[in-house]
Amino acid sequence: MAHHELSMPVSEAQVRALRVDDTVTLQDTLFGIRDATLIHLFDRGRTTRFDLRGHAVIHTAPNVRKVAKSAEHPAGYAPVCIGTTTSDRMERFTRPLMATHGVRIVIGKGGMRAGSLDAFRELGGVYLAIVGGTAALETTWIEQIEDVDLDDLNPESLWKFRIRDFGPLLVAMDSHGGSLFNVVNDAARSRRADVLARLGVGP
Amino acid sequence: MKIDLQAVEDAAKELYIRALKVLPPDIKSGFGRLSASETGATAQRILATMVTNIEVAESTGNLLCQDTGMPIYNVTIGRGVEVDGHALKQALRRGCERATTEHPLRSSVVHPLTRRNEQTSCGALVPVIHIDFSDASERLEIEMIPKGSGSENNSFLKMAVPAEGIDAIKTFVVDCVLGAGGKTCPPTIVGVGLGGTSDLAVLLAKRAATRPLGSACEDPEGAALERQLSAAVNELGVGPQGLGGDSTAFAVHIELAATHITMNPIAVNMQCHSARRARASFTPEGVAYGF
Repeated sequence: MAHHELSMPVSEAQVRALRVDDTVTLQDTLFGIRDATLIHLFDRGRTTRFDLRGHAVIHTAPNVRKVAKSAEHPAGYAPVCIGTTTSDRMERFTRPLMATHGVRIVIGKGGMRAGSLDAFRELGGVYLAIVGGTAALETTWIEQIEDVDLDDLNPESLWKFRIRDFGPLLVAMDSHGGSLFNVVNDAARSRRADVLARLGVGP
Repeated sequence: MKIDLQAVEDAAKELYIRALKVLPPDIKSGFGRLSASETGATAQRILATMVTNIEVAESTGNLLCQDTGMPIYNVTIGRGVEVDGHALKQALRRGCERATTEHPLRSSVVHPLTRRNEQTSCGALVPVIHIDFSDASERLEIEMIPKGSGSENNSFLKMAVPAEGIDAIKTFVVDCVLGAGGKTCPPTIVGVGLGGTSDLAVLLAKRAATRPLGSACEDPEGAALERQLSAAVNELGVGPQGLGGDSTAFAVHIELAATHITMNPIAVNMQCHSARRARASFTPEGVAYGF
């Protein structure tokens, strides 16, 4: 249960050093993606000018305020409230994000499935769990909206955030086949029969 | 009592923003209860982060969660209230749109086929507006619920049959909570709608999921089943965020309606830990805001 401070981007070796139950705090850069972003990138042939190699992506779509472009707001957006959405919907995009764009870290809530876990193991990646529904806190870890691409999809644009002390986040799926979600889910399913029996439901 | 529609529009805007920023006291107390009994270390840390977030939202005036949800307005009109119902619905819609553009809020509402976002939190039949009537004389109540999608995506309907009995209800609720895992942002309020028609069961499940903590089903059999199921789902060990622990749900709430001799409908709708709602009461004294 080690704690890691990671400045983005990271190498494969840095990601493979992370194990489930470790905690991580990220620095510098974080990219925001979401359902429509991924659908347009992988199903509709869109491309991005951003280099995501070695980077972390977070499942998000922020509340923003449109402002004049300035040194403080280079993308013309001020952050209002930035939080994390349920990752499971975007399960099928983990592998292409890693294989095509070189993403190393996926941040989300609720966990992902076997396909993502396989991709993390084969390609060198991790899933970091954030506490969903705590966006007011998360917003204090975002310094600036540095840039934005695919902005016709707003709020589901591809966002580039400058971050400081983003975390601690929990390593919930690692590159060695470990998944806290699988452990919890298997244990919960093993309790199902007992729970139903105590409710008076026969087998 | 005559209702000023401009005041309704202003309240519809204010309610959306208030609901997104300040959690009702019953939900805050719910966190206290769960924290006091939680035995998991990770779960304790997660609950503490959620409580910190509530404090940060209040101290910074920010939204609790980035998901502005599906806007729902529940209107209850007293017998002594004089109002143009059609104009009232238009006023609510304008207020919802103004909250989105003037705060500003993320518009989370899109066309279901084109996925086009009008950037107003409005669209066909959205905001969702439910109108009901009460025997209170000079009183109009508007409850606003921004319903988060992570929990809403875990909504289920089973048209069980009478031969499957109450066992079907218990099994279905337990399996819905198991299947949802961390996707609903637990700890949740598990809303269960029993009886009625399929659509009524689903509506009751939503009412149950958005009922204040500490309230009980008015039907004594329903209330007893609520208590049993509340204990049961927290024995599964799903825990906060699906990462293990005792705190899977604040409670299971049940709302019920009579049903057909051949039917046994069961609907489940879940509310995430950011169980947001706000209320405005219009009386001859003016508008009062609460939960």
